Amino acid sequence: MQVILLRRTMGFVLTLIAVSVIVFAVMNVLPGDPAITILGIDSTEDARAALRAELGLDRPVWLRYLDWVWHAAQGDFGTSYFFRVPVTELITERLPLTLSLALAGMTVTVVVGITLGMIAAARHGTFGDWAIMLFSQMGIAVPAFWLSILLVLLFAVGLRWLPPGGFPGWDEPLLAARSLILPTTALALVQSAVLARVTRSSALEVMRLDFVRTARATGLSRWRVLRRHILPNALVPIVTIVGMQVAAVVTGTIVIENVFYLPGLGRLIFQSIANRDLFTVQALVVLFAAIVVTANFLVDIAYVLIDPRLKGRMT
Amino acid sequence: MIEANDITVRFGTAEALRGINLTLSPGQRLGIVGESGSGKSMLGLSLMGMLPDAAGMSGQIRIDGTDMTGAKIASWRAIRARKVAMIFQEPLAALNPLRRVGNTVMEPLRQHLGHSKDAARARVLQLFEETGIQDPVAKFRQFPHELSGGQRQRVLISLALACNPKVLIADEPTTALDAHVALRITDLLVRLAEERGMALVFISHDLAAVARTAQDIAVMYGGEIVERGPVHAVLSSPHHPYTQGLLLARPALGAGHLRERLPVIPGTVPAMRDLAVGCRFSGRCAVELPHCATERPASRPVGAHHDAACHRIGAAT
Amino acid sequence: MRAHRAINLWLGAALVLPMIAIAAISLIWTPYDVTLLDVGNKFAPPSPSHWLGTDQLGRDVASLLMSASVNSLTVAFVAVGMGGSLGVMLGLLASAFGGWVETLVMRLADLGFAFPALLFAIMLATAFGPSLSNAILAIAFINIPVFARVARGAANQVWTRDFVLAGQAAGLGRARLTFDHILPNIAAPIIVQATIEFAVAILAEAALSYLGLGAQPPLPSWGRMLSEAQTLMYLAPELAIYPGLCIIIAVLGFGLLGDGLRDVTDPRLKQVRA
Repeated sequence: MQVILLRRTMGFVLTLIAVSVIVFAVMNVLPGDPAITILGIDSTEDARAALRAELGLDRPVWLRYLDWVWHAAQGDFGTSYFFRVPVTELITERLPLTLSLALAGMTVTVVVGITLGMIAAARHGTFGDWAIMLFSQMGIAVPAFWLSILLVLLFAVGLRWLPPGGFPGWDEPLLAARSLILPTTALALVQSAVLARVTRSSALEVMRLDFVRTARATGLSRWRVLRRHILPNALVPIVTIVGMQVAAVVTGTIVIENVFYLPGLGRLIFQSIANRDLFTVQALVVLFAAIVVTANFLVDIAYVLIDPRLKGRMT
Repeated sequence: MIEANDITVRFGTAEALRGINLTLSPGQRLGIVGESGSGKSMLGLSLMGMLPDAAGMSGQIRIDGTDMTGAKIASWRAIRARKVAMIFQEPLAALNPLRRVGNTVMEPLRQHLGHSKDAARARVLQLFEETGIQDPVAKFRQFPHELSGGQRQRVLISLALACNPKVLIADEPTTALDAHVALRITDLLVRLAEERGMALVFISHDLAAVARTAQDIAVMYGGEIVERGPVHAVLSSPHHPYTQGLLLARPALGAGHLRERLPVIPGTVPAMRDLAVGCRFSGRCAVELPHCATERPASRPVGAHHDAACHRIGAAT
Repeated sequence: MRAHRAINLWLGAALVLPMIAIAAISLIWTPYDVTLLDVGNKFAPPSPSHWLGTDQLGRDVASLLMSASVNSLTVAFVAVGMGGSLGVMLGLLASAFGGWVETLVMRLADLGFAFPALLFAIMLATAFGPSLSNAILAIAFINIPVFARVARGAANQVWTRDFVLAGQAAGLGRARLTFDHILPNIAAPIIVQATIEFAVAILAEAALSYLGLGAQPPLPSWGRMLSEAQTLMYLAPELAIYPGLCIIIAVLGFGLLGDGLRDVTDPRLKQVRA
């Protein structure tokens, strides 16, 4: 068990390092000259030289990479060239919003997706099952940003129940929560459709197994058999998908924040692309990729916790 | 304990069970034998109200004084575990792989009898003891995949016995086990039935196992009971041609290494929908009469408590 | 069950084929020139002359949607084609050599999953400026690990088949076996995956163009039409509906087609789609 965990953790750290190399290579090395990336092609050679000296861009590539990683590991992503403040400060200011959106989106996804999937499996072959699967099939094809626009059209433009976008700040918790309802719904609806599908097919497969018959023969209620016997055994594929969905929801916040004009990390990325703020974008991309990698790592660990049979076997 | 009258189970137009009559008194041990596809497992499931959704059932069933005829699923649930319990063929598959076996056995105690956690735990250890599980405290915390086949089946028996049922239905409980383990499990079932005054329905394709376990035997073919009676009577003087064929197909005990070619019943069990309207065995029967395929033979006494359903019985042979 | 399978296939084809036909037609004819501005006739309601009305610049919406379908299909085709071929080659390589080559390729594929198309597009946009070709590269990139996995998994099974073993016994080289025997035998799962990834690519292109990381003006694109319509939501909400419907039809169509093809070719082949 400990050996497995150790190996997984080592793999995880190696992946993180590889991710940082890729990001650095694509954004810093491939374009040729970061000074041009930041200042634009029409900048003068003098200005570029000055910037290179200021940011230490004249050093060898590997040294710049090590310097960047070394500081990044300590939470220092350099200074934003556009905002003239530490990138870390920009991130920590906006992180709560993005994190709340992602957490809310994930919670709704898991609760709605698993519930609908289990209901569909329990009512297999009925109208309810069919309706849930239709919702699921549609949900998979609907782009989240278009769904957002539809939600805004309906609930903000038409019914005027909720704000069409923007964020009032955390000083007004109720208003803040209200402004996150539509973004969360847009983010979670599509993902819960995917999860409902996977939950249903996984549960249907488990339902055919003998121990479910044993549980029924023990006189347990249908609901209890579903919840305590079928669901835990159906969990492995569900957790796999949930892990992939963490990635989808976290990167989904980038899109959704731009649809709803929410001042989170996703907005920051796009502002920074427009401002050619290289270090800020670089930090954010690494951050998002690290979240994706961490989600996958946690899923790997979760398998062992879910299924005692894997303890001895996993290598 | 159980009184079943004219039980018929249909899947569309095909009859999986036809006109089954069955009575079982407290402590009685009934063996049901037949090939796969004979309907013996279907009969076990119908006594639990656990037939597949697609199945339609008719006939009367009384279980321990409660009329279960046409009962709703909720009424069946109320008697499962408490009046009738069932164990199955493949003990590894029949146990939830993600649960410690102790927790699995605790569940009905907590759910149905409202035991506290401690009381349920104590009771589980007692049940493990009773079913011959060595070192119950350690086994309590183990997962199914960590136990041996025999231990798993004992756990399943503990689970079935948890709520002190009046009837235990054992569907091929020893088929998946090694021969010596299987013997111990059958002996355990007999002992438990005797000690608890519990009726036992022992379903098996293995005549030897049934002979060792049961007092009475019912031979099934094509969804019907074709012959029934005390074990020794049926085995020593089988009256139905199918029973005779089954007995001949069995290798004689102690026949030594010189095993002759076994006379087997020609053909295989036909599919449900291809069964003859009359005697189910017609088509494979060696002594078939012209009207066998179209007329259903009634069950007739052939000895003390011994009946068989064959047109040959009573007719000139 | 069989009927159900066929439904996916036919429904998918019924959605996809007309869309391809319309895209092909729009290459030679659209009701109006999409670059033709007619500001005097902006926000015109649907009428016989403009089936779906006109947009904020007086352009014919139906013509724009038709032209945009070319963009979507081309991007999906090029991106899945590039990423897919590279991925399949890597998968075949991994399967043919096994050992550390296989481990290395699969580890790299795992690594590829750390970068959703959006993150990759963001990196490219920062480094080289936003453009449709960068969007294509980003979508192509995420296809590499997907196809590497599918190809390697399918190829590993084929390597154990008798005719391949016979070929090995006859002294045929790995390269020869791979192209003559392995590749033709993994074509079915590859085509199925490609159809499904086509749907994913169309969705990704729309999202990237919506965010300004894909098609640039004046190239018509469903995603970009949506981002323009969003600013006009109070004036002309219907402009935000049509492009979305087009995206759904395309994504649903290719998704169903892929599911249908998979069910027909091999019902056991289950690739998780998220």
